[in-house]
Amino acid sequence: MHIPDGFLNAQTWAPAYLLSAGAIGYSIKKSREELSERQVPRLGVMAAFIFAAQMVNFPVIAGVASGHLLGAALAAIMLGPWSACIVISTVLAIQMLFFGDGGITALGANMFNMAVIGVLTAYLLYSLLSRLLPGPMGRNVSVFVTAWFSVMASALLASLELGLSHSVHQVSLSFILKGMLGVHALIGIGEGLITVAVVNFMDKIGFAGGKGAGEGVSRS
Amino acid sequence: MKPFYKVLLAAIIVAALLSPFASAAPDGLERVATDLGFIEKGEGSQVMESPVPDYAFPGIENEAVATAMAGVAGTALTFAAMYGLARLLKKKDRSLS
Repeated sequence: MHIPDGFLNAQTWAPAYLLSAGAIGYSIKKSREELSERQVPRLGVMAAFIFAAQMVNFPVIAGVASGHLLGAALAAIMLGPWSACIVISTVLAIQMLFFGDGGITALGANMFNMAVIGVLTAYLLYSLLSRLLPGPMGRNVSVFVTAWFSVMASALLASLELGLSHSVHQVSLSFILKGMLGVHALIGIGEGLITVAVVNFMDKIGFAGGKGAGEGVSRS
Repeated sequence: MKPFYKVLLAAIIVAALLSPFASAAPDGLERVATDLGFIEKGEGSQVMESPVPDYAFPGIENEAVATAMAGVAGTALTFAAMYGLARLLKKKDRSLS
């Protein structure tokens, strides 16, 4: 759901830049207080992995619509919210600058939807669910539900921004919400399945640092 | 092999071998924008040209190879950028001072 140039009016994308700048600035401040030396390579490979995974669109309605991993939940669960915000923002900036994916005017909005709201939703929901649902199966369920809701939260924000940009397209918010939440409810299932698989892979190889599952969230 | 090397290797494998098989169908937002008739608002509106548009390395005829190359280059670039940035953003190491 990378919004391109031309979809949002300036009254929407300019404030979105400010909101993202504030949230990313705060994440950077927290990093300077908390990010340890041994976490540094993990941020690098998490960003690289999410970039790669975002290239692999999976069909959600054959031939009609596709989706790809967002990765906000994956990054938030494995690295905690501040690092996850920085990781997703970096991926979005590179996609925009080098691959023309998402517009430069919409970058603030895209960062706000995915790196800020997607990550924040994932962090809060996973913190709650991981306490309620213990054990490996509980973790899988928590990860799946978290991933699904993080996509829906990002899609909701994107819909609201498109709705605020009514002057561009004259389409009412209710149609945008219905369309965006409908298709992303399906994409979110893919997000959930992939995130569960990748979290299990990362747990198995000890990516989070050997202190057990959910180090990112539980330590933050 | 250290865990983060395994994840980096997984990322490169995904970028090189899976990205050429990605679905070409419009993504969620493109689908909605098409259905609601405002997809053309994004066409020709791009403010800035990008060096590797649409994740396909320019000048390579074979589409799968162009995509795989863009994937591997982008994955390496993302790793390097994030690693460098994270080094700048980490907390001060007091054990060295």
